[in-house]
Amino acid sequence: MAKPIATTRSVTTIPTGRLAIWWVLASEVVIFGGLLASYIMHRLGHPEFGDYAAHTNTWIGGVNTLVLLTSSYFAVRAHNEAEHGRGKAAANWLYLTCLGAVMFLCIKSFEWTHEIKEGFTITRNAFWSFYYVAAGLHACHVIGGGIIMLIVAQAAKKNQDLQRVELIGIYWHFVDVVWIFLFPLLYIAK
Amino acid sequence: MSADGKTEAKHGAGHDPHEADHVKLYTKIYLYLVVLFIISFIGPFVGAAVHSKALVLVTAFGIALVKAYLVCAHFMHLNIERRYIGYLLTTTVVFMFLFYAGVSPDVMEHHGRNWENVAAKQETARALREHALHPEGHEEAAAEH
Repeated sequence: MAKPIATTRSVTTIPTGRLAIWWVLASEVVIFGGLLASYIMHRLGHPEFGDYAAHTNTWIGGVNTLVLLTSSYFAVRAHNEAEHGRGKAAANWLYLTCLGAVMFLCIKSFEWTHEIKEGFTITRNAFWSFYYVAAGLHACHVIGGGIIMLIVAQAAKKNQDLQRVELIGIYWHFVDVVWIFLFPLLYIAK
Repeated sequence: MSADGKTEAKHGAGHDPHEADHVKLYTKIYLYLVVLFIISFIGPFVGAAVHSKALVLVTAFGIALVKAYLVCAHFMHLNIERRYIGYLLTTTVVFMFLFYAGVSPDVMEHHGRNWENVAAKQETARALREHALHPEGHEEAAAEH
């Protein structure tokens, strides 16, 4: 089947797919940036946020940081394999990256269950509202990224559309970068 | 990589003399990230123990910036990406700072020359009083449920 013109043309000398993913990420910077900036101004203006943040579990946040950093490494290895036309190897690295996403979500589920049982729900106060919205929005991106990664891996296994491995990789690294900032804000600054 | 992803597939595998260098670089960056993560994890505990806010800020947020730079530059390949993408992303970050500069005075300050945020002041006082009475925070939560 012929590909749409938009998929193969490259006016800016950047392949269209990669250009599109950068534009997606630019909009994501505004979304997460606005959220984090709001959190920071509230954190600085309300000293009680420090007391509330004392109830978040730094160890769980730390383990999740390590999981995402590792999955980011797997994603860049997948990209490296795709660059050299080894679709099957790229798919395997992508599956490992997906495993990281699943681990991250399992740990997050355990953490949230514990916190909700303790009474720290989204309506408890402004801190917990920020906490659940920021971490929840991030988790939605992890779920979306994981699903897309599986689809890309399926095609990569057959050596098809290998450029997509790079695109999902760029997205995944962004998800990692967001968490790199969420971790100290929600778990460390107490 | 080509737009349709087939060019490299035709070239076959294992012929790039720089490939081993790339893998080495990625592994090295990953190891840097892990070491930085360990420092950013332990640093705030040490900072709290020695009552040094500066140490907490540097180890938590300073290192977060370095980690983000490493991921963006080497994993997302922003260091070799077209400048246009850098300008695009910088613009969005500037918008974030503009938003912060515009809104933060109203949120971070609870009073000004001709105004006072009574609700915020009361909530802060109530929350700090509550925390002094119940440092664990579970009593209030239990009462709510």
